[in-house]
Amino acid sequence: MIITQLPALQVVIPLIAAPLCLLLYRPLATWLLTVVTSAAAMLISGLILAQVLDQGVIDYTFGGWAAPFGIAYRIDLVNAYVLMIVSTISTIVSVFARVSVASEIEAHNQGIFYTAWLLCLTGLLGIAITGDAFNLFVFLEISSLSSYVLIAMGNDRRSLTAAFQYLIMGTIGATFILIGIGLLYALTGTLNMLDLAERIPEVANTRTARAGFAFLTVGIGLKIALFPLHLWLPNAYAYAPSAVSAFLAATATKVAVYVLLRFIFSVFGKDFALDTMPLALGLAILGSSAVIFASAIAIFQDNIKRMLAYSSVAQIGYLILGVSLVSPAGLTATILHLFNHALMKGALFLALGCIAWRIGSSRLGDFKGLGYRMPWTMGVFLIGSLSLVGIPMTAGFISKWYLVLAALERGWWPVLVVILAGSLLAVIYVWRVIESAYLGGKDNEAQVGEAPLSMLIPAWILALANLYFGVSTDLSVGVATEAATTLFGAG
Amino acid sequence: MTIAGLYNYWIVILLMMTGFYVVIASGNLVKKIIGLNLFQASVFILYISLGKIADGHAPILQAGISNYSNPLPHVLILTAIVVGVATTSLGLALVVRIREAYDTVEEDEIHDQDESM
Repeated sequence: MIITQLPALQVVIPLIAAPLCLLLYRPLATWLLTVVTSAAAMLISGLILAQVLDQGVIDYTFGGWAAPFGIAYRIDLVNAYVLMIVSTISTIVSVFARVSVASEIEAHNQGIFYTAWLLCLTGLLGIAITGDAFNLFVFLEISSLSSYVLIAMGNDRRSLTAAFQYLIMGTIGATFILIGIGLLYALTGTLNMLDLAERIPEVANTRTARAGFAFLTVGIGLKIALFPLHLWLPNAYAYAPSAVSAFLAATATKVAVYVLLRFIFSVFGKDFALDTMPLALGLAILGSSAVIFASAIAIFQDNIKRMLAYSSVAQIGYLILGVSLVSPAGLTATILHLFNHALMKGALFLALGCIAWRIGSSRLGDFKGLGYRMPWTMGVFLIGSLSLVGIPMTAGFISKWYLVLAALERGWWPVLVVILAGSLLAVIYVWRVIESAYLGGKDNEAQVGEAPLSMLIPAWILALANLYFGVSTDLSVGVATEAATTLFGAG
Repeated sequence: MTIAGLYNYWIVILLMMTGFYVVIASGNLVKKIIGLNLFQASVFILYISLGKIADGHAPILQAGISNYSNPLPHVLILTAIVVGVATTSLGLALVVRIREAYDTVEEDEIHDQDESM
């Protein structure tokens, strides 16, 4: 009985928990509620994923109203996969959050912090699960508004301007998406994604359809932080509270990439989106620029959090390159990297969170000798860095390997060069930190100890996951391949 | 369909570009929020005018009327208006906090203060 209601519960449980959080108000209680809710969401998305793998697509109609009239959820493997990433990362990072948040946010604001966290989780899960274009916009705004609040809670005053800048650019992006959806509705008279997919081919050759597609792509591009629309991201991630950086870096842009995939492959169909409109070439150029320029800028960052933020922009470039290849192999690489990048960036930002908790800084100069003073934390950072560069036996290698294979299959040599150059640049920017931490000498008189276990264990879970999915690829690659086939076949 | 017959869309485009320009060109954070608001309002009008049918009546069941305007875009925009209000209030709240922290709401002055740190 309850099993048939899982798709609704996936979104409704965090949505109800959020106001409860505000009522509970006390830091420990709200934290506990957040962890339990995230864990429940993870359990539900696990059950949904198992059900989709076992029986195929799940159709769920709200209140029993049939699809074109009511809001329908249609969960295929891609939805289930993204749900799993979001809820798992939220669970791991929220366990980490208690000590980290306690040190960075005043006690009377922590209840609000966890409320915003749960709302953000609701929004992200909602985007990933819904089958209705307008519903998607609403969830997008729920997640965006709550993430502006989360970012503004950073203890540097620059977090306020970062949040404001994100609010402006995020709202422009969301409004572009709204315009796009409106134009499609004007053409087809439906908001249901399946119906849209059926009716768009008849009207594809109109200016309205092309304008709608353009608005949607630019709007989603802003949300993805696709180069050169990435300007909001570095400051937002650099000045947000540590736990928020880890949560958003691992989930928010991933969900936006999912939206792009959904609109390109499921709603418009790849023939229209990537052939009729010259999007494939455009995405290839933007993705390559993102990889090269953002990696190069990352090298010159003194604030390591900001460096990782630029690295995120570069990693988004890889995701977009995979899409631009227009092949099942390229799409597999993108979907695989969604997961692997969540693991590596999650681990890296959690390690930075531990360091910020201990030494209250994320400046490169303060990393001197840290490898000896916080060996376990820097161990996480080291594994995350190796994975980011793409050293064999780490998750990052697997996704780059599949991307390289996909580029070779199409014979796109320039893309291959970009991937290799991006990896080399990643070696440089990561090496600065490793060098300072391990080879910078241990002359500092201060005996700085480790971060508490409640922070180290979540960080190590993600670090070990990087190693596990670098060796045992059956699960991640298997699901990604099948998800790519689902998307590609639908188009 | 003449150009004059599509006047609602011209108004939408005019408002949209005005709002967008204010967001980009203005250095005052409050003006930016107002521009953003205008930009969103233009999209609301786009949706609402989509639902209008020539000679259509308000979508309330009445005897002797068979031609109704489409109420769905109106309902959608009710939701979008709520989102817009939330965005505006959050944006203004941020501006208040920024003013407390920097003692100014001008973008270039804030930038100068951050640079000089």
